Amino acid sequence: MEKKLMMDFYEKMITIRKFELKADKLFKANKLPGFLHLYVGQEAIAAGVCAALRTTDYITSTHRGHGHLIAKGGDVRKMFAELYGKATGYNKGKGGSLHITAMELGILGANGIVGAGIPIATGAAFASKYKGDDKVAVSFFGDGASNRGTFHEALNMASAYKLPAVFVCENNRYGISVCADVSTSVKDIADRAAAYDMPGVIVDGNDVFAVYEAAKTAVERARSGQGPTLIECKTWRQLGHYVGDPDNYRSEKEKAAGNGLDPIPRLEKKMLSAGYTQEDLKKVQDQVDELIETAVQEAEAAPYPGTDALLADVFAE
Amino acid sequence: MSKITFGMAIHDAIRNEMLRCPEVYLAGEDVGFRGGDFGEDMGLWAEFGSGRVVDTPISETAIIGHAVGAAAAGLRPIVEIMHMDFTGVAMDEILNQASKAHYMYGGKVSIPMVIKTTGGGGVGAAAQHSQMLEALLAHVPGLKILVPSCPADAKGLLTAAIRDNNPVVFMSHKLLMAQKGEVPDGEYVLPIGKANVLRKGKDVTIVSWSKMVQEASLAAEKLAAQGIDAEVIDLRSLKPLDEETIIKSLNKTGHLVILHEAVRTNGFGAEVAAVMAEKAFDCLKAPILRVTAPDCPSPFTPVLEKEYLPNADKIVDAVNQILKK
Repeated sequence: MEKKLMMDFYEKMITIRKFELKADKLFKANKLPGFLHLYVGQEAIAAGVCAALRTTDYITSTHRGHGHLIAKGGDVRKMFAELYGKATGYNKGKGGSLHITAMELGILGANGIVGAGIPIATGAAFASKYKGDDKVAVSFFGDGASNRGTFHEALNMASAYKLPAVFVCENNRYGISVCADVSTSVKDIADRAAAYDMPGVIVDGNDVFAVYEAAKTAVERARSGQGPTLIECKTWRQLGHYVGDPDNYRSEKEKAAGNGLDPIPRLEKKMLSAGYTQEDLKKVQDQVDELIETAVQEAEAAPYPGTDALLADVFAE
Repeated sequence: MSKITFGMAIHDAIRNEMLRCPEVYLAGEDVGFRGGDFGEDMGLWAEFGSGRVVDTPISETAIIGHAVGAAAAGLRPIVEIMHMDFTGVAMDEILNQASKAHYMYGGKVSIPMVIKTTGGGGVGAAAQHSQMLEALLAHVPGLKILVPSCPADAKGLLTAAIRDNNPVVFMSHKLLMAQKGEVPDGEYVLPIGKANVLRKGKDVTIVSWSKMVQEASLAAEKLAAQGIDAEVIDLRSLKPLDEETIIKSLNKTGHLVILHEAVRTNGFGAEVAAVMAEKAFDCLKAPILRVTAPDCPSPFTPVLEKEYLPNADKIVDAVNQILKK
């Protein structure tokens, strides 16, 4: 079972990594409009948490949201189409990277506003409790978002109402250029859980199994009506805040140390000692490469929305 | 028909919709035991329980924010922001979340929610509890803005708002809450985006909404005594705006005065004036005038607040000015 799980994690994490590196390349070649915030280095969090969820469970994502979407089961073809602004994209070209989402997978939006998904996930958890439909809502957000009022208001509300919510903080230590040492009152975001009378768990966010185990416990707790959990995943963003970020606010020494925590080689090492071969890993990588190449080709060939789409969907029917 | 208060009309609309649709719930500060700050939610908590009439923390951000998530997940929240001045606390949730989700997520999610709130001055509530912020909200694509002036419209429009699949701001004037009027019994739904011609006239059109409609009607009576026949239009909905009804009126009167309680600059009157300048310019025999509060915060002391608020006499003056009487 664990061996199968390893392969599931690996497929997701490699897909995220390769998707992001391809998007980076396309953006730098001026193929993609807008801007991109890449998830490279943080893959274990999305993969580990989403593995503990059902397809029907909800998540809210962030401006760094491609990884969450892939981990929840997103189709990279519709994702690239969205990044290109094509009509065949997940949001019909109306959202782009910042808002990319698949409602059918329970994703209540990637979000351009830091911390905005936290109350939204709380509301989805409220709806789940209200309807008694046994769904759990997970909110992904960064350490920077934990300084926003949305975090504090939503965690209080979720705990006061004992909602089936899990709050997953991806602590990569930087809000754009500002280090958490400067901006944040606590060393560990998980400490903030105490203020809202919920468990606060710290995990190594670069260890997909550790993330998965913590998420599983929190999800079970939520689903059984015992209320929310705050999970802090310590991680490292390997690239700049966005593609084009000079990233001169982190020292080379710090970057080298952070990059050394890369969750993918760590998983590969575990897989090899569990009996997988280099060929097994290579096979996954090749399949993902092919998938991504096809997706990009399809996205390039796909039509843009007609200009008549401009005023469509301002209001729902 | 029954003669009931504006607040009771709101109560009846919520109650009927909660009985009709299990996904409808009410959440906000003091909506439960206390029955709302103006008492309009009284009895709902006892009838439906704390699971559907939900007392929230004083967390406007989480109140509106959670409603966005709950609506996306299939519920139909009515969320109460006690005074619309407090929408500032939750502006991201209104401006960037509720109103944008349908469009930016490619039409794949709808956010059926009502933001029920109160505004307006006249009770010495000063700068942070008296504002009329409808124009601020009307500037945001994806929101509908309802501003009823009487109990019947409150019931009909709130019912429509709850049934609408979009975020709708339903705004009551606090001084209307205790006023009584004839309201249809049982189910009563008004279409959103239809103005009401309250008084027919041929000399001048006075356009207003919310409580100021009463001042407009009073002004029309005073003008009638001077031999001036004013038409009074209650917009009821600012977004969508019933342009047609105003244009039709201007075709007849050729004169337009817009009256609102909100401050002047970028008030919704500016929008009405601009639309009429674009679409009904040929009907106009004189400049469009606005009667509004001046560009200052709402003052506390009754002497200054009286000066601040528009009233029937100020409208009569404006009408006389454009009719050059």
